[in-house]
Amino acid sequence: MVSNPQMNIPDIVHARGLSKTYTVRQGRGQNAVVEAVKGIDLSIEVKEIFGFLGPNGAGKTTALKMLITLLAPTSGQATVVGFDLHRQAKQIRRVIGYVSQAGGTDTSATARENLILQAQLYGMTTDAARQRARELIDQLQMGDFAERSAMTYSGGQRRRLDLALGMVHKPPLLFLDEPTLGLDPQSRAHFWDEIQRLREEGATVFLTTHYMDEADKLCDRVSIIDRGVIVAEGTPGELKREIKGDSIVLGFDNDQVLSTSRLALADEPYIRESLVKDGKLHLYVERGEQDLPAIMRTLDDQFAAVTTVEFARPSLDDVFLQKTGRSLRDNESE
Amino acid sequence: MVQQLVLLFARHLKKSLRSPVWILVGLFEPVLYLLLFMPLLKGLGGAPGLPTGGIERTFVPGLLVMLTLFTAGFVGFGVVDDKRIGFVERLMVSPTRRSAILLSMIARDLVMVVAQILVVTLLSLILGLSMHFLGFCAGLLMLVLVGVMMASFSYAVALSVTDEGNLASIANTVYMPILLLSGIMLPLTLAPRWLRIAAKFNPFSYIVDAERLLFAGTFGNAEIWQAFAIVIALAVATTALATSRLRKMSA
Repeated sequence: MVSNPQMNIPDIVHARGLSKTYTVRQGRGQNAVVEAVKGIDLSIEVKEIFGFLGPNGAGKTTALKMLITLLAPTSGQATVVGFDLHRQAKQIRRVIGYVSQAGGTDTSATARENLILQAQLYGMTTDAARQRARELIDQLQMGDFAERSAMTYSGGQRRRLDLALGMVHKPPLLFLDEPTLGLDPQSRAHFWDEIQRLREEGATVFLTTHYMDEADKLCDRVSIIDRGVIVAEGTPGELKREIKGDSIVLGFDNDQVLSTSRLALADEPYIRESLVKDGKLHLYVERGEQDLPAIMRTLDDQFAAVTTVEFARPSLDDVFLQKTGRSLRDNESE
Repeated sequence: MVQQLVLLFARHLKKSLRSPVWILVGLFEPVLYLLLFMPLLKGLGGAPGLPTGGIERTFVPGLLVMLTLFTAGFVGFGVVDDKRIGFVERLMVSPTRRSAILLSMIARDLVMVVAQILVVTLLSLILGLSMHFLGFCAGLLMLVLVGVMMASFSYAVALSVTDEGNLASIANTVYMPILLLSGIMLPLTLAPRWLRIAAKFNPFSYIVDAERLLFAGTFGNAEIWQAFAIVIALAVATTALATSRLRKMSA
């Protein structure tokens, strides 16, 4: 076990300098080297819900696949539930659960058949496997559809079965890759409740997401990853406090005025940072309600060209925007 | 590992039996050949290179090799589907042995291949095939080995490509020349010299020759042991290749 030096409680996942490099053929004998994950460090404590937040293609899934023994790291060290990633892959597989983006539900079988097979593959006897399937069907309220072919399930039903399959062997550590991708709001809320209950029962949950509300509401701690690098880490509250103050978003008639306005505000001491995004000027200030009048005075004539004023408490998106100069939301439509 | 293999084999077989239409589709082509092509050969009886009677005994063994080649050679499509739904990945993260994952699929494929072989053989017997029973049993064993080899090859390719479209074109590009250069449809004794030399490099021409000898009840010929040696070596090699592809699948 690797210990957390401050508290002397072992981390359930501990990684140092984990990286993955691919060589991609580009034709004509030309090869390009793609660094999907560039030497990340992770320390995940027992019984926390840890979120890996980042846009698509940031390296979240690659990092996760290394930790679950599906991908060999190019370099770096890690222990998972106390086992060494390089030497003890088999032991790791026994003690982790994993729900992939695709899910992994066998659509040619019913929920009950899926669960019984999964339990047997983890070494349970037929009786124990049946018993465990019954428990999970009750727990995740799958009774209505457990005897139907998984082909007929709705997105939410399918996701419940995916989760149940990951939990069959009661793993102390569960990995979820984009668990609520494409789910309707009600199914998402239901899914979040289940994850929280799992944690209350003593499990540690590691999930990736590109939804900042998911990271914000569900996760105890978040690492923000972008282009293979962790750019920020902490509780959602800490990360947002780092931004401090508020953000004011100004919309303008035209880009010309936006640029001159930004320039005019550049020297104002109360503006911590300004960014242009979607043709709007984002200003990060200490106290929005006091600073807005000052902004109006500074802009003076140009303020006539302001078409919209939005006022917002910082979100994780603002954290991401400040750390990377891009918005998470930009990537959602991709 | 054996228990995991049996569990997964049962799952795969159940899945295959749930869509029986594919089993019928697999049988459709060989049955058409029996009904619509074999009568033409009968008319050619006695032509140079062809026996005067019992043309079935030349044609049916070749047809069975072709059936095995194509049925087992396209099983990779099934794993592409299981890959897409994340089923393969789920197994890979579980303590399931890699060899159990692969062998359970191959075991299911062999059940399907043998069932088809038995149906086609039965139909051929009705249509006038006369064969040596023990020879047929030995021939069936060789076909099972051919099935292992082709299924492993198909899985190795399927686990390496990301696109089902690629899989079909790769399979067709490989199988058509194998088919034409093996004397499956007509004996290679009819072929010009250069074609016969080319066929010498095709393992399937040895397999087809050996099958014909076995169906006739000839056991002593060196061709038979050569064919067994070739097919065993290739089955071992392709199985090893497929296992290593499975290990590296997500890399």
